Amino acid sequence: MDENMKTSRRAFLRGSAAVAAGSVAGAASASGPDPLITELQDWASYTGAGVDETPYGMPIEFESHVVRRNVEWLTASPISSINFTPIHALDGTITPQGCAFERHHSGAIELRKEDYRLMINGLVDRPLVFTYEDLERFPRENHVYFCECAANTGMEWAGAQLNGAQFTHGMIHNMEYTGIPLRTLLQEAGADISSDKWVYVEGADASSNGRSIPMEKALDDCLVAFKANGEALRMEHGYPVRLVVPGWEGNMWVKWLRRIEIVDRAVESREETSKYTDVYEDGVARKWTWVMDAKSVITSPSPQMPIKHGKGPLVISGLAWSGHGQITRVDVSKDGGITWETARLGKQGDTKALTRFYLDMDWDGAPMLLQSRAMDDTGYVQPTKDQLREKRGENAVYHNNCIQTWYVNEQGIAENVEVS
Amino acid sequence: MSKSPNIFLPALGVTGVVLGLAYGLNTRTYRAAEADLALKQAAAAEAMVAEKAAASEALQAQIEELEARPMTVAVKSDPVPERDGTFGLGREAHAEEIAAWDVDVLPDGRGLPVGSGNAFDGEEVFAEQCASCHGDFAEGVDNWPVLAGGFDTLADEDPVKTVGSYWPHLSTAYDYIYRSMPFGAAGTLTPDETYAIVAYILYSNDLIDDDFELSNENLGDFEMHNKDGFVIDDRPELEYAEWRAEPCMSNCKEEVEISMRSVFLVETPPEGGSESVMNHATLEGLPSFTAAGASHINEALAATPVAATQPAATAEPAAEDDGAALIKAGGKVFKKCQSCHAIGAGAKNKSGPQLNAVFGRTIGGVEGFKYSNVFKEAASEGRVWDAESMAAFLAKPKDYMKGTKMSFSGLKKAADVEALIAYLEAEGS
Repeated sequence: MDENMKTSRRAFLRGSAAVAAGSVAGAASASGPDPLITELQDWASYTGAGVDETPYGMPIEFESHVVRRNVEWLTASPISSINFTPIHALDGTITPQGCAFERHHSGAIELRKEDYRLMINGLVDRPLVFTYEDLERFPRENHVYFCECAANTGMEWAGAQLNGAQFTHGMIHNMEYTGIPLRTLLQEAGADISSDKWVYVEGADASSNGRSIPMEKALDDCLVAFKANGEALRMEHGYPVRLVVPGWEGNMWVKWLRRIEIVDRAVESREETSKYTDVYEDGVARKWTWVMDAKSVITSPSPQMPIKHGKGPLVISGLAWSGHGQITRVDVSKDGGITWETARLGKQGDTKALTRFYLDMDWDGAPMLLQSRAMDDTGYVQPTKDQLREKRGENAVYHNNCIQTWYVNEQGIAENVEVS
Repeated sequence: MSKSPNIFLPALGVTGVVLGLAYGLNTRTYRAAEADLALKQAAAAEAMVAEKAAASEALQAQIEELEARPMTVAVKSDPVPERDGTFGLGREAHAEEIAAWDVDVLPDGRGLPVGSGNAFDGEEVFAEQCASCHGDFAEGVDNWPVLAGGFDTLADEDPVKTVGSYWPHLSTAYDYIYRSMPFGAAGTLTPDETYAIVAYILYSNDLIDDDFELSNENLGDFEMHNKDGFVIDDRPELEYAEWRAEPCMSNCKEEVEISMRSVFLVETPPEGGSESVMNHATLEGLPSFTAAGASHINEALAATPVAATQPAATAEPAAEDDGAALIKAGGKVFKKCQSCHAIGAGAKNKSGPQLNAVFGRTIGGVEGFKYSNVFKEAASEGRVWDAESMAAFLAKPKDYMKGTKMSFSGLKKAADVEALIAYLEAEGS
């Protein structure tokens, strides 16, 4: 309670200061009557679009730049590739499906609900086959979770590489899933759920993307999901059914889920040996590095979101998340990590979901080195790049959760940099 | 939150009254049966009190735990109801269905189908099925995975992680190739072909001789070069133990300098995608930072704040008629071709030639593409692609062009052939 009151008091004081500065800036820029107000505008005179003009609406054309984008040279073919969520241009926490990053290993497939089958076999009393309609008859839950590719920020191991929060941190999305607890389906088949067993899952696409999940996690919070943000999963997110593995690397969230097998050891498939393993400086690889550690990034200002308004009130905004649980605190630095102040959380963090944070300030036009630092409810503090490199070297590809730095110059232009 | 240990007091009061009554009745040895009943009631009441006291303690503990937590407890979905027994949903899987889908192979070789193959046979299968992406010697084409070599590079700056240098289990190679390769025609290899391909990859890594017969009998026992090169996630010991600590808030460093600027600037054109452009800016003139702020302000920059950029207008969508519908249908059919062929503006040769302006073009006539002999012959005869020859080729590629490298088996439906030709014509012109 006390904490909240302090926060709102601080917010109130900051708000008052902002209003004072804002009115000065506004008065300075208004040189005469605004024709947008004094002249009759088309939209205020002619009629607009009728209902049903777009039975399923797309964002208005003025937002057409807010799209996922790929970086072609990163992969051999767009069919086995990845693109990036425009996190720099979004706010709040929920990612609309239509701009949520895609990662396919053999392309996104079109699979009708009528053609969908889910098999459970292996160490079970009853190997079963479910149709989509069967799945709709099991009790279901709703949860918001982030899904982050293990390779998010992976290019940055070697230093500042790509200029844009979309490209450094956009392999992430956050949706509200509707689905059946995986444990319900395991019980239905009479699975051997002893703790030394594994749940192997694979998809119906050509890559099948098989992964092994330890029984403890499978029984804990995994979901067999068929809706996201209230609507059917989009094709690129695994329509009609995908697996949700909260807090763990996105590769395990098997799309077009077609088979669940109980096995007595990890399958050690391609995606859990040759890929999604981490080679440290000594050449020894880490496997089963499933959890996505606490991480954050300032989404605005950022290279694609320069400060256009000059001095005065400025909203610094960003995202924080942890695969271990809730975000409890985010600190922001404007000087590259010398001084930190605690940001305001948009709302209390959901466990294993994106949390929005804000720092409301008055910008004096001086250059800044913006950083954010997340903390989760295990007490873990997001590390610097140097801290990570000291432990792991620079050869790793995955699980880079380092503190990101944006250099904001006097013009308000932001750039991806590394600092001493 | 205020604690309220008094909520069970009324229950204690009732017990007190009952006990008092029972005592009185008993001492007078009067109406013994009623006294007995009263005593039983008292005992029951006492048990209830004990139970409630225990519940109260548990509640108190819960309250304390909640109070001890940070103020960020989120409201979660109620859990689904527990159920005794099953829902009786779904149906028993048939043995044939399990056999069709359950083809994964465990590291010890369980799950391998009966079969065998060697590198000598494998070379041929590999050349036909794999080499267009992975190279004749498993060296990898373009950005496609390198499968051979890279030994003793894992501790280098850019480790070369191949089947030979990195993969800890051979089962993984069989498992993956049999189920998910070749790219664009997954699930079409026979077990013997798969054993032969795996053997060829081992041979390319100098791990076996070309007559070594790899089979379901020996694959699970094959020891890989990097079998001991993996340890289980040790972040909890190496990192969490150290990084779960209250962080520094002020004067955390003396001075901060920018040590590196973004290697690439990324342009984001209105039509989508991105263009990476080398960033030529240097570190010169950049400010350093102390607790007092930036070392200097560039007044020239400060005088020219960045202008607002306008999002570009979107293009008008084209009207759709019958022809457009056919082209659209053809676009869907083309998904079967796109892993090897590109078409449209800027299309380049991939593992198959680019298909722009293919009609009217000499068969085997794309410059710089390495054709099979049958295509080279067609080119020397001056044969040219038209709708008819294309239809025949698409229906049965290997019959129409005997010896073609194209691994695609052909389109079964005439409607698909027609749509694809319309698409090629429209998209490639």
